[in-house]
Amino acid sequence: MNRQDLKTMADAAKAEHNKYKHKICVCCGAGCISSGSEAVLKKLQEEVKTRGLENDVRVVPSGCMGPCNQGPLVKVMPEYAIYQKVNCENIAAVVQSQLIDKKPIEDLLLFADSRPKPFVNAQEDPFFEKQYKIVLKDCGSINPENIEDYIVRDGYKALDKVLFQMSSEEVIAEIKHSRLRGRGGAGFPTGIKWETVYKYVADQKYVICNGDEGDPGAFMDRSVLEGNPHRVLEGMAIAGYAVGANKGYAYIRGEYPLAIKRFEAAIKAAKKLGLLGPNILGSPFSFDIEIRIGAGAFVCGEETALIASIEGKRGTPRPRPPFPAESGLWGRPTLINNVETLASIAPIINRGGEWYSEIGTPKSAGTKVFALAGKINYSGLIEVPMGMTLREIVFDIGGGVPGGKQFKAAQTGGPSGGCIPKEHLDVKVDYESLVSLGSIMGSGGLIIMDDSSDMVDVARFFMEFCMDESCGKCVPCRVGTKMMYDLLSKICSGQGSLKDIEKLEELAVYVKEASLCGLGMSAPNPLLSTLRYYKNEYLAHIKENKAFELKAAGEVSHG
Amino acid sequence: MKQKKSILDENLSRNDPRVKQILVKMKKENYRPDALIEILHTAQNSYGYLPMSVLAFITKELKVPPSRVFSTVTFYHFFSLKSKGEHTCLVCTGTACYVKGAERILSEIEKDFHLKPGMVTNDNKLGLSTARCIGACGLAPAMVVDDEVHAKVKPEDVKNMVLSKTGVRV
Repeated sequence: MNRQDLKTMADAAKAEHNKYKHKICVCCGAGCISSGSEAVLKKLQEEVKTRGLENDVRVVPSGCMGPCNQGPLVKVMPEYAIYQKVNCENIAAVVQSQLIDKKPIEDLLLFADSRPKPFVNAQEDPFFEKQYKIVLKDCGSINPENIEDYIVRDGYKALDKVLFQMSSEEVIAEIKHSRLRGRGGAGFPTGIKWETVYKYVADQKYVICNGDEGDPGAFMDRSVLEGNPHRVLEGMAIAGYAVGANKGYAYIRGEYPLAIKRFEAAIKAAKKLGLLGPNILGSPFSFDIEIRIGAGAFVCGEETALIASIEGKRGTPRPRPPFPAESGLWGRPTLINNVETLASIAPIINRGGEWYSEIGTPKSAGTKVFALAGKINYSGLIEVPMGMTLREIVFDIGGGVPGGKQFKAAQTGGPSGGCIPKEHLDVKVDYESLVSLGSIMGSGGLIIMDDSSDMVDVARFFMEFCMDESCGKCVPCRVGTKMMYDLLSKICSGQGSLKDIEKLEELAVYVKEASLCGLGMSAPNPLLSTLRYYKNEYLAHIKENKAFELKAAGEVSHG
Repeated sequence: MKQKKSILDENLSRNDPRVKQILVKMKKENYRPDALIEILHTAQNSYGYLPMSVLAFITKELKVPPSRVFSTVTFYHFFSLKSKGEHTCLVCTGTACYVKGAERILSEIEKDFHLKPGMVTNDNKLGLSTARCIGACGLAPAMVVDDEVHAKVKPEDVKNMVLSKTGVRV
């Protein structure tokens, strides 16, 4: 396929799609599938057929729409009516009232059970209204297993643009101009990373897509890979063109079978159309992608460990420098970007770095996808401009804490992050602000806790995680996490003393300063942030012990 | 009681469909040692776990030291050297599930089936494991019974859910 063919195909598919009056999307993300959406999809297809609506209605199995908690979700376009908790029994009624009687069933609309009056057009609902979707724009509206659906929505247009209208330097300049920063958590400027890899001269370079979403409580990358795999693929190819690599690896967690399946299908479809492989779209540029399935090791999210894992070895990190940009996969210059970063590339190329840089805050441009979960009314996947306050995210979008309980903390950054307490709800969520509060942006998991959570136990939970996931290569992390875990368990079980807190604080510094990689360096974060904001809970646990000691002492003296 | 023959005593037959699957994968990967993890995934898919005999076979075919294979297998959580049981029950213990009471699901299973994570029932019918996060956080707490994800699990429903899905008798 050459450039013209791509355009012809897009136009033909667009005309074909326009023939239909309605499009009904059934969410087939992993969340909604577990709530039974595949059966709903089948039933809906039958229903449309028996009513003879095949020429008016296009039924699309789509990716994640966002409010996972309310699934299975069904979206009717162009009305933008979203129905929640749809099942095989009520789907017929939805078709009848929405499409034939033109009167939506209010009781089944999204958030009908929790809002005084649900919105007929879901875009007006605060859950969606406050969001700004760039990465997730097509997620939930297209069939991820149909490349045509993506091409209709300007898919592969950015790749076409860079291949025929831009030099590598221009692509890198555009990304630099956008001020996009790595969405894996550390926030390193993407354009500078690309430029570094570009500058090294080598016979072979690689692009790696980091889809080893190891943070517990995060599912952004899964949803993007499941809902719009072609966007990531296109981002990888553009990155390859920019840095001068013709081979890419997508490292995806083994825990995400659906994401792997869809990404595999996407590679196959793109290869068939000549959008991947030799001489893409008739240009001199060739690019190929292989999938590597992760085998369950959190540390493999660290770039040097991930490289070791792709090479088929134990996923242990190595000291940097040399950075992967200089010596990465098989000793060659390697660019590693997170799924979300790569999914942001095509829109930046299409609309320009200037446009992107104006979204968000001066230091953190663009949007960020968050996975809202825990004690929150509307859990799910959201995308907001950087700099939105935590309060807006939790209360306006997420609908607050359920069951009349009080918001206690928001945990960001998983085991490498920290807890943000109530008094900082008005913090603007961007890279720097979260660091100043002792947490990190992380990959985007946002777990809300209510007043029933014991924060010392939360610290223990994360320390147990880091202890288990420590690869064992360097001593500070291997031994330090175990010691901190033991001390935290001791305090949790009411046998701690004030000395233990001192010991914890001391150890935290050692582990933070002396560990080899990010896992160890950030492992004390959940402990330090809970100590900072919830020290009284630590003291309360210790008091339990004092009471016990006093009681025991009393009994001895009386006896 | 007649003891089942240990798999270590068996010779792997190249006609065994499971071995064939591994061989096909190796061929596809050109017997490259760096495809070891991919090949181990295939082997575990066909056997359900990684018996020693299979590891020995992979070692010979890829011409890598046994230590390389063994150290890789034991490093990753995904690979298991023991049978995981005919039916599997996997409880997610990620942060969202933790906040929403995954612990209670585990203690319910322990009570009903006398299983702790990593254990298999005596008849090898049911195995219990935990996952660090399966990414179904919006639907916490979650568990997976024989590859099917169950969302918003209530501890009181766990017993029936496992029984009806797996047919295991207590």
